[in-house]
Amino acid sequence: MQLSEAWLRELVNPPISTAELVEQLTMAGLEVDSVTPAAADFSGVVVGEVMAMEPHPDADRLRVCRVEVGEAEPLQIVCGAANVRVGLKIPAALLGAVLPGDFKIKKSKLRGVESFGMLCSEKELGLAKDAEGLMELSVDAPVGADIRDYLSLNDNMIEVDLTPNRADCLSVEGIAREVAVLNRLDFKPEHVTPASAVHQETLAVVVSAAEYCPRYTGRLIKNVNPDAETPLWMQERLRRSGLRSLGPLVDVTNYVLLEMGQPLHAFDADKLTGGIRVRLAETGEKLSLLNDQEIVLDNETLVIADDSRALALAGVMGGSESAVGDTSNNIFLECAFFSPDTIMGKARRYGLHTDSSHRFERGVDPYLQDRALERATQLILSIVGGSAGPVTEVKSEAALPKRLPVLLRKQQVLDILCVELEDELISDIFERLGMSVETMEEGWQVTPPGFRFDIAIEADLIEEVARIVGYNNLPQSELFMRSELGKAPEAMLELDRVKDFLVDRGYQEAITYSFVDEAIQKIIAPDDEFIPLQNPISSELAVMRTTLWCGLLRAALHNVNRQHTRVRLFETGLRFVRRDDAIHQQKMLAGLAIGDVYAEQWGDKGRAIDFFDVKADLEALFALTGITIRFEAAIHPALHPGQSAQILSASGEIIGWMGMLHPSLEKQLDFDSRVFLFELDQNLLLNKAIPSFKPLSKFPSVRRDMALIVDEKVTAGQIVDAIKSCNESVVQDVLIFDVYRGPGVETGYKSIALGLVFQDFSQTLTDSQIDAIFSRLLAALADKTNAKLRD
Amino acid sequence: MSATLEDLLAQALQELANSQDLNQLDQVRVHYLGKKGLFTLQMKELGKLDPQQRREAGQVINQAKNQFQEALEAKKQALEAAALQQRLASESIDVTLPGRGQQVAGLHPVSRTLRRIAKIFAGVGFDVVEGPEIEDDYHNFGALNIPDHHPARAMHDTFYFDAHTVLRTHTSPVQIRVMESEQPPLKVIAPGRVYRCDSDITHTPMFHQVEGFLVDSGVSFADLKGVVYEFLRAFFEKDIQVRFRPSYFPFTEPSAEVDIECVMCGGKGCRVCGHTGWLEVMGCGMIHPEVFKSVGINGELYSGFAFGMGVERLAMLRYGINDLRLFFENDLKFLQQFR
Repeated sequence: MQLSEAWLRELVNPPISTAELVEQLTMAGLEVDSVTPAAADFSGVVVGEVMAMEPHPDADRLRVCRVEVGEAEPLQIVCGAANVRVGLKIPAALLGAVLPGDFKIKKSKLRGVESFGMLCSEKELGLAKDAEGLMELSVDAPVGADIRDYLSLNDNMIEVDLTPNRADCLSVEGIAREVAVLNRLDFKPEHVTPASAVHQETLAVVVSAAEYCPRYTGRLIKNVNPDAETPLWMQERLRRSGLRSLGPLVDVTNYVLLEMGQPLHAFDADKLTGGIRVRLAETGEKLSLLNDQEIVLDNETLVIADDSRALALAGVMGGSESAVGDTSNNIFLECAFFSPDTIMGKARRYGLHTDSSHRFERGVDPYLQDRALERATQLILSIVGGSAGPVTEVKSEAALPKRLPVLLRKQQVLDILCVELEDELISDIFERLGMSVETMEEGWQVTPPGFRFDIAIEADLIEEVARIVGYNNLPQSELFMRSELGKAPEAMLELDRVKDFLVDRGYQEAITYSFVDEAIQKIIAPDDEFIPLQNPISSELAVMRTTLWCGLLRAALHNVNRQHTRVRLFETGLRFVRRDDAIHQQKMLAGLAIGDVYAEQWGDKGRAIDFFDVKADLEALFALTGITIRFEAAIHPALHPGQSAQILSASGEIIGWMGMLHPSLEKQLDFDSRVFLFELDQNLLLNKAIPSFKPLSKFPSVRRDMALIVDEKVTAGQIVDAIKSCNESVVQDVLIFDVYRGPGVETGYKSIALGLVFQDFSQTLTDSQIDAIFSRLLAALADKTNAKLRD
Repeated sequence: MSATLEDLLAQALQELANSQDLNQLDQVRVHYLGKKGLFTLQMKELGKLDPQQRREAGQVINQAKNQFQEALEAKKQALEAAALQQRLASESIDVTLPGRGQQVAGLHPVSRTLRRIAKIFAGVGFDVVEGPEIEDDYHNFGALNIPDHHPARAMHDTFYFDAHTVLRTHTSPVQIRVMESEQPPLKVIAPGRVYRCDSDITHTPMFHQVEGFLVDSGVSFADLKGVVYEFLRAFFEKDIQVRFRPSYFPFTEPSAEVDIECVMCGGKGCRVCGHTGWLEVMGCGMIHPEVFKSVGINGELYSGFAFGMGVERLAMLRYGINDLRLFFENDLKFLQQFR
């Protein structure tokens, strides 16, 4: 809602500055977004009248004018505007005037002819972005008057950002009422004397959807002057309220909308067939709107129709076929109340949002129609003339919104606001807000006025009291908290610990969009059923990710393309998959690594990161949980088939995946180096074992190494499993310290060197005891993996 | 001292002087003082003398031996000192060269901010609860007193999956989910991603919010003001001015917007605060009776407050970040600034 400060002050004028007024509105819940001067700064411009005009001797387009500016002698001013003519009144900038942009007017010569000033357009005065020719002032403009005074340009345009509950403030009168309450001034909207009917013609009005339109009023105004123009003062008020002038009839309806908050509509009566019907549209019925849009209606939409067709989308926008224009002689002026519940969402359904729908959706005062119709009539008669007929009103009392009394308990004011307020202060606040108040033992019975749609429960009244008293004048308590002891769950690793761990290992946290490009999603996880958005913002952000890799790969690419050769990222968040017709939202942790193991440095030769570097990070991560996991070779569509692993819990649940991005995807996604990825299910990852003590052995441990020759296909995991399967309790540790292929080992085979640590709890192990265990282990290895001791 | 002994001592001292390192020195020591050393032999010779001579001769030998030992000890110390000096010199490095190994990275500024917010509230016993991001329209709107077609829905540019399934537009549905399943007293903060179908210089289609609420008996608007005030001062670690303005949210009544004195200009007015000196940082209010009704909490027995804030907004103010879109580009040049 944008309004002119001068207009507001005409209704209520508290003795406070603009800045104070703005602060007051903002602090009362009517947030002021901006305050803009109605005109840019300029000075030295007066009303001038062109008394005489001659062509310029040396320039076809220029005229030499004699302009009366209220001084002793008319001034000679050279002017090039096409519309300059004798008798025209225009803004004239005198010598010494300063126009917007610090443009100083000095005596000058134009093609040899002296000019003592400048005749101005609206653009030159900063009143419009564009202008064709000089600004034409009204014939009664007083010559010599300062143009700023004459046009009341010392005004501000105040933009108020209203919340949807405050429909009552969508008008100058509404805001004036609020300003009056805040300053404890009296405010009564001006009474409008009804126009007496000069003719008796009416249109039959039939309302067949009373719950949509509880009140409909209208009247015929005949023989208006189609050539009349909107007076400058009204054009200026409209402009300062953010509306363009569109001809006097539309301007008047807009003016009343701004002044009172009541939308009206003027039909060209000569274009109507029969009477007015307020009815629901028929499905498929068509209507051409004022904005040249043709819409197809549904049967839940209210229209204003005549006997033959729909004329207007009720409460939203008029139709082009019945619109008033500069040839209209007879008009039908409509002023109705459409109920918010039925109008809500209708404009949006047709992709529309108008000043009218904005107000009806939020609620227009259901008792305002008589006054608004008379006000519009009064303005029309005075501007375009014509004769008014009697008012037709169709009203359904039952469908009009009810204003029920709401009880406010004194105790509740005290309990919620924690302040003792005088009873008289509270009832005064309500009365000034236009509510009727009945004082009772317990508190107050308050009935809101028609224009308030937001007062239905006690809390609403408490807010009104708090708002007018001022939120910042209410007490604020020292922190009250019923406290309890904290918790320290130990069987769950905190995600923050995991994040810190990754950060310490050089992974930078990223946050990427949860919606991704459908193409990338399909490439990376072709088997997942993803969930598309119905109204995505762009095709790049169109489907919900089923893996965090989509976003991380994109983020990595962003950095690779900006000269980062080494990128390590991780992200936590949900993945979204449809499975068995249900949406699954699963918390994940994913990471990505590209480039060298360490940032480039002087001390070590650089080495490209490989599978085992990333695996070490994950093993260390799982070490934080104390949970046993295993890595198993498995095929993932996004990963290199020879370098990908599933990470499994002891019970075989899939905790996640890790591996190298498949070389074909590497190429397709435009990476020029290897990319390693991992993704883990947070719920499974964060399970933590609570430590359980085991006694320490007093006896020394012994290490024995063995080098095995095994087939290339035998994995280290199988070898370790074979040793573990022997359940030799004295084997404390198995470590792999070498893997060798080459001379001395047959092709197709490899040598794996193991270190075994033996220790017993009850004795020092002898060589012969260890030899016995050693050979049992070898037997098991031979059995399970065909391993042989290397000679 | 006999001439022989004198020669021996002179020779021994000469050899000591000639020793270049501790090894040589040790050989010299063994040569003179070992079991078969020359001084040892001299002592053994004493057995052949009569007791009177033996005592005198013994004293003389001991004198020579002690003199040698002292010299040996001095030489040893000198050589050790020289060896140490040499090691120190040879092991000297350029300590200004950078260290080797993994470098630490950093948390995303949003995470960092969320952590601080959670920490401030955890101190007084608020639990952190998360909720789903694909949400049904009942939890996102209906239960929060935002019926279909309500103009407040237009304030949320909602992403839809179907008529009743949306990406949550705020973290307030978590409030509903918690109140549906637990009874007061409740003290919860709910951080997380939220989504609005809007993208320009000052809007990203995804951002983060923290919802907080407290339900107990006798909770007042004054308590809300107190908590919000203390939180903002803790967050900005500054004694900043805070003001409350009436506003409107369907799920709170009374409702307020909270402004803080502009942290960029100290309230004098600048581009960031639109020359008002104030910055809007959160919305809050007393939980609406209709919300209590929809989750089955008795609004006559209990009252509560709720607040919600934009995490990116707070992070921008805290760290002076001037472009919202940077948060989701994940440019390392940006992220690495938050260590």
